[in-house]
Amino acid sequence: MNWQAVWSIYVFEMTRFFRTFVQSLISPVISTSLYFVVFGTAIGSRIQQVDGISYAAFIVPGLIMLSVMTQSLSNASFGIYFPKFMGTTYELLSAPVNFVEIVLGYVGAAATKALFIGLVILATSALFVDVQIAHPLAMLAFLVLTCLSFSLFGFIIGIWAGNFEQLQLIPLLVVTPLVFLGGAFYSISMLPPIWQSISFFNPVVYLISGFRWSFYGAADVPVGLSLFAIACFTAICLVIIGLIFKTGYKLKP
Amino acid sequence: MAIVEIRDLQKTYAGGFEALKPLTLDIEEGEILALLGPNGAGKTTLISALCGLVSPTGGSATIGGHDVVDDYRAARRLIGLVPQEIALDQFSKVIDAVRFTRGLFGLPRDEARIEAILKDLSLWDKRDARIVTLSGGMKRRVLIAKALSHEPRVLFLDEPTAGVDVELRRDMWEIVAKLKEDGVTIILTTHYIEEAEAIADRVGVIDKGQLLLVEDKDALMSRMGSKELHISLRTAITEVPEVLAKYALELSDGGQLLVYSYDTQGEATGITALLADLAKAGLKMTDLQTKQSSLEEIFVSLVGESAA
Repeated sequence: MNWQAVWSIYVFEMTRFFRTFVQSLISPVISTSLYFVVFGTAIGSRIQQVDGISYAAFIVPGLIMLSVMTQSLSNASFGIYFPKFMGTTYELLSAPVNFVEIVLGYVGAAATKALFIGLVILATSALFVDVQIAHPLAMLAFLVLTCLSFSLFGFIIGIWAGNFEQLQLIPLLVVTPLVFLGGAFYSISMLPPIWQSISFFNPVVYLISGFRWSFYGAADVPVGLSLFAIACFTAICLVIIGLIFKTGYKLKP
Repeated sequence: MAIVEIRDLQKTYAGGFEALKPLTLDIEEGEILALLGPNGAGKTTLISALCGLVSPTGGSATIGGHDVVDDYRAARRLIGLVPQEIALDQFSKVIDAVRFTRGLFGLPRDEARIEAILKDLSLWDKRDARIVTLSGGMKRRVLIAKALSHEPRVLFLDEPTAGVDVELRRDMWEIVAKLKEDGVTIILTTHYIEEAEAIADRVGVIDKGQLLLVEDKDALMSRMGSKELHISLRTAITEVPEVLAKYALELSDGGQLLVYSYDTQGEATGITALLADLAKAGLKMTDLQTKQSSLEEIFVSLVGESAA
């Protein structure tokens, strides 16, 4: 393993993050605060409790997940799309590195940024509501796994995208709806039976449910199933990335 | 053993385009090899296949004895690549960009080394500048600094002076000469013949994916070179005298200059006979001059032959 290379990519990417540190943090913090004002205070005051938790507190895990997933995707997809756009991938391809090292560097940095933002949102939430964390270690594990798996997914999008529109396409058309329909703002049990059944095909349901369990001990689906789902998603992304580098797809003619 | 050994290396793209026909070439350690050819000849494809930017579809190549595909780590550690296009992260600092490349090649940080490289390339004052603020010539220097950051033994320069001004081109040649002194092997592609003529030890000519020839530069020029003898006359003449007709002389400069073309490789150049006949014709000479044809003319005639 060329760990020096992994570290170099990681540091280079993190430098880019800290260059735009304020923008990177301000926007998720403001949008989270807005969600709290709208859902927590305005609408939440009319919803008594969900699963025995105040509505404002109930949406905290969902809000964190929403930001972490979109941030992971955009960080990782942009992180590898940018060198492609600038033409600097020549350097990665001509260096003594293999794809595992490249992925570790880029995905590691993207996941770190998303994790950081997730923790900042958690801290922001604590200003608005009384956040309880029943299983802190499990909470952290879910958070890290989500950052990693969605960063892997973002990496794939970044390799695939041929222009900036395509870079936005999947996050906008697929991921945002899945997250909103994934129980970020409600419990699946509140849906009519037919929609409940449909929801179980949405992978995001498992992530949010597991994450919420780590806060409040209550879940829509068993925690084991949530872990299994996230493991599968990560594995699928890894296989696709392996194939990308093996075939040189969009990177190496 | 040659530091770069290329054996029947080949690249055919998915669409069937043969960018590189089976090509065999040895590059000796410490030499400067210039690959000449028109745009789209396959020069960049050859470099890309050696450096890992393109997967070869046939044949093999080794660098320092390491196969560029099977033993890519060891092979690539020896390589520095300066691409044709200015491809840089525009928002990073010069010094960060150079440190990044060194790390990517698996070498530990070495600030003294990086300082020396930046100073050599007149970039030290700009080390904390964002790349986007630099001029085109400076950006090209950054690309070279990056390629040198990991102390390569073989440096590939893809069109290093395309679109740069004369001053920077001279600087570039000096940099290349200095690297050669340090024992670095340099392979450069160019379509400026002047460049190959000025700095190369050997010249390879590529056209349509084929290596037409590779030869010592001086030998190439003398072998391929036809020469011209320029004879200046004291008094202008209106036409070449009948007695000199067999020499196919050209009259120019208002009738004061006779140009005689001859082949240095021919059995007899005919110069002695010509000079004797000139005296017989009663022409007085004021000056004699011989002219070697340039690489450019050689190149045009070679590529012309391959097209025919």
